Amino acid sequence: MAIRETSVRHEELGLDEDDLRRMHYHMLLARRVDERSWILNRQGKAAFVISCQGQEGAQVGAAYNLRPGYDYLYPYYRDSGMTMLLGQTPRDQLLSLLGKKDDPNSGGRQMPGHYSGREQNIVTVSAPVGVQYPQAAGTALAFKMRGEDGVVLVCGGEASTSGGDWHEAMNFAGIHDLPVVFFVENNVYAISVPVKFQVAGSIARRAEGYGFPGHEVDGNDVLATYEVAREAFERARAGEGPTLIEAKTYRMTAHSSDDDDRRYREREEIEEWRQKDPIVRFEKYLLDNGVLDEAERDEISERIKAEVAEASEYAENAPFADPEDVLAGVYAEG
Amino acid sequence: MATKNLLQAIHEGLVEEMRADESVMVLGEDVGRAGGVFRVTQDLQEEFGAMRVMDTPLAESLIVGSAIGLSVNGMRPVAEIQFADFIAPAFDQIVNEAAKFYYRSNGAWSCPITIRAPYGVVPGGALYHSQSVEAWFCNTPGLKVVAPTYPADAKAMLKSSIRDPNPVLFLEHKRTYRLIKEEVPEDDYEVPLGEARVHREGTDITVVAYGLMLYTALEVAGKLSDEQDIETEVVEPRTLYPLDKETILDSAKKTGKTLVISEANLTGSYAGEISSLIAEEAFEWLDGPVMRLGAPDVPAAAFARPMMEYFLPSAERIEEAMLELARY
Repeated sequence: MAIRETSVRHEELGLDEDDLRRMHYHMLLARRVDERSWILNRQGKAAFVISCQGQEGAQVGAAYNLRPGYDYLYPYYRDSGMTMLLGQTPRDQLLSLLGKKDDPNSGGRQMPGHYSGREQNIVTVSAPVGVQYPQAAGTALAFKMRGEDGVVLVCGGEASTSGGDWHEAMNFAGIHDLPVVFFVENNVYAISVPVKFQVAGSIARRAEGYGFPGHEVDGNDVLATYEVAREAFERARAGEGPTLIEAKTYRMTAHSSDDDDRRYREREEIEEWRQKDPIVRFEKYLLDNGVLDEAERDEISERIKAEVAEASEYAENAPFADPEDVLAGVYAEG
Repeated sequence: MATKNLLQAIHEGLVEEMRADESVMVLGEDVGRAGGVFRVTQDLQEEFGAMRVMDTPLAESLIVGSAIGLSVNGMRPVAEIQFADFIAPAFDQIVNEAAKFYYRSNGAWSCPITIRAPYGVVPGGALYHSQSVEAWFCNTPGLKVVAPTYPADAKAMLKSSIRDPNPVLFLEHKRTYRLIKEEVPEDDYEVPLGEARVHREGTDITVVAYGLMLYTALEVAGKLSDEQDIETEVVEPRTLYPLDKETILDSAKKTGKTLVISEANLTGSYAGEISSLIAEEAFEWLDGPVMRLGAPDVPAAAFARPMMEYFLPSAERIEEAMLELARY
C-alpha cells in the first residue's frame, strides 16, 4: 500500500515519469557541475566557487513551473539548478566559473553564479543581497499592466529577507496583487550567521501581514516544493496575486571557496543534513516507485559525469576575452 | 509657440512622450491624483490612468528597483524621487543595479529608465529639501546624469532621456521651476544628451555653471559686459556625465581663464572634475588659475533665510570671483 500511495503522489501532481526523470537529471547535473567547480578551484584553475549543493531539490521543484522565455526568473547566486533547467548548459556554467569570453552571463565580467540569459528571461544577477525583489515586482507589474499572464519567480536566501528591499517588494506586490512568486531558500546560514540570528519569527508567516499566502515547505523534497510552487504560479497566472514560499533546506558546503565553515558549524550538523540530501531522497522515491532501476540510475550518473568532464575540458581550453574588452559596452547604443 | 517655465516644459515633455509611446509611464510618491508636490505630473493620471501614473508607497529603493524591473519587461518608466535629498535609499538600485545592468550582462540587458529628481537650495527647504546630489552619481559608469536649466532644453532632454536605452538621472533645480519663461516648441525637436551649450560668447573669461548658478552667472556676465567691457563666455554642461569635454575645453582654451560655479558643497563637487579636466588638458592655454566657486562644506542648507542666503554663492561673490579671474 505504501508504494501505491507514494506513486500516486507524482501522478496527483500531474507529473509523468519523463517529468520525474528530467527533474532528477537536473538536480544531479547541478550537483555534479558544482562538484567539478570545487575541483577546478582546488586545482588553482577557478578563483571562486559559490555552491548550490543541498538546494537542488528546492531549485528544480520551484523552477519547473516556469515557461522559459515567457515567465521571468530573478535567480540568486546559488540557483544553478534553475538556470540549467531553463536551458543553460554545463559548458555555460564552467565558462562562467573560469571567466571566459563565452560566459553567457557576463562575458567574464562577473563572478560565477551571477546569472543572466536574455533568451530564457533570466534577469542579470548581482552581489548585493535583496536588490532583486523590487525589480521582480516591477517586472510583474508590467505583465499586469498589459493584461498578460506571465509570472515572475524571484529567489534569495533567508538573509535576503532581512533588508528593506524584500519588505518593500512584498508590500508593493500585495498592494497591486502582482503575479510574483517570492521563493526564499532558507539554507540556515548567511556565511557564518545562523538563521536564529537572522530571522525573527517565521519568514513564511510574514506574508500574512502583507495580505497574501505564505507557505513553508520541505525544500529538500523536490515534489513538495513543486507542488506548493505550482499552486503559487497558478494563483499568479489567474491574477490572484503573489505568494511567498519559504523552502527549508541546507547549505551543504561552505559559503564559498573563500570561506572555512569549520570556524562556525559542527561537522555533525552537516552529517545530519547529508542524510536528508534532496538527491538521495528523490532517487529513493524513483527507485521505490519503479521510475528508475539501479542500472538506469548508474547510467544517468555516468552520462552526467561524461557531460561535465567534456564541459570542463571545453571551458578550460576556451579563450578569455581580449583585455581591452573591459572598456566596451558600458552604455547601450541607440 | 507658447512661453513656458521649466516646470511646464517638463510636464509637456512627459505628456508628449506618454501619448506617443504606450510603454512610457510615471511612478513615484504623490505623482498620481495630487500631480506631484511640484505639479510636474498634474492631470497625467486623469489622462493615462492610475497604472501608468502610479502613486507608489513611500519607498525610494522600491521606486527605482521596480522601474528597473518594468524596463526589463518592455516598459519605459519615468520614476520620480520627490526630492533629490531622499534618493539615498535608492542609491544601491541606481549605482549597483541600473548603471551596471548592461555592462554586467555583457550587453544582454539594458536598463532604459529615467529618474527625475528635484535638487538645489530653495527658501524653506532646509537640510532635507536642498541638496545638490550630482557628485554622488557622476562617478558611476553606465549612468547618465543630466541637469538642464532652460525650459526648452529640459523638455527636449527629458524626451531624449526617456528614449535613451540607458538609465538617466534627470536633475531639475526646483528653485528654477518657475523662475523664467521662454518659448518652448510644441513639436518634436532634438537636444541630444551629452552636448553642452554656450549661452553667450566671450573672449575674456569663461564661466561654466548649471542650475540656479547659471542664471546668476548670466546676469553678472551681462553686467560686467555693460559696465566694464569684460566679455564672459558662459557654458552650461547640460549633461554632467558623461561630460561634453570638447565644448568646455574649447572655451577654456579660447579665453585662458575659467571659473566653474555650482551650488554644491565645494570639496568633492563636480566643479572639481570640470576644473581638473581644464587644468590637465588646456594647461598650455591658461592665463590664470582654474577657479571654483561653490557652497561651503557645511550641510545644505539652513532653514532660516539669512543663513540659507549666506550659504549660496551670491551674485556679489560670483562677480568678485569673475573680476579676480579677469585681472590675470
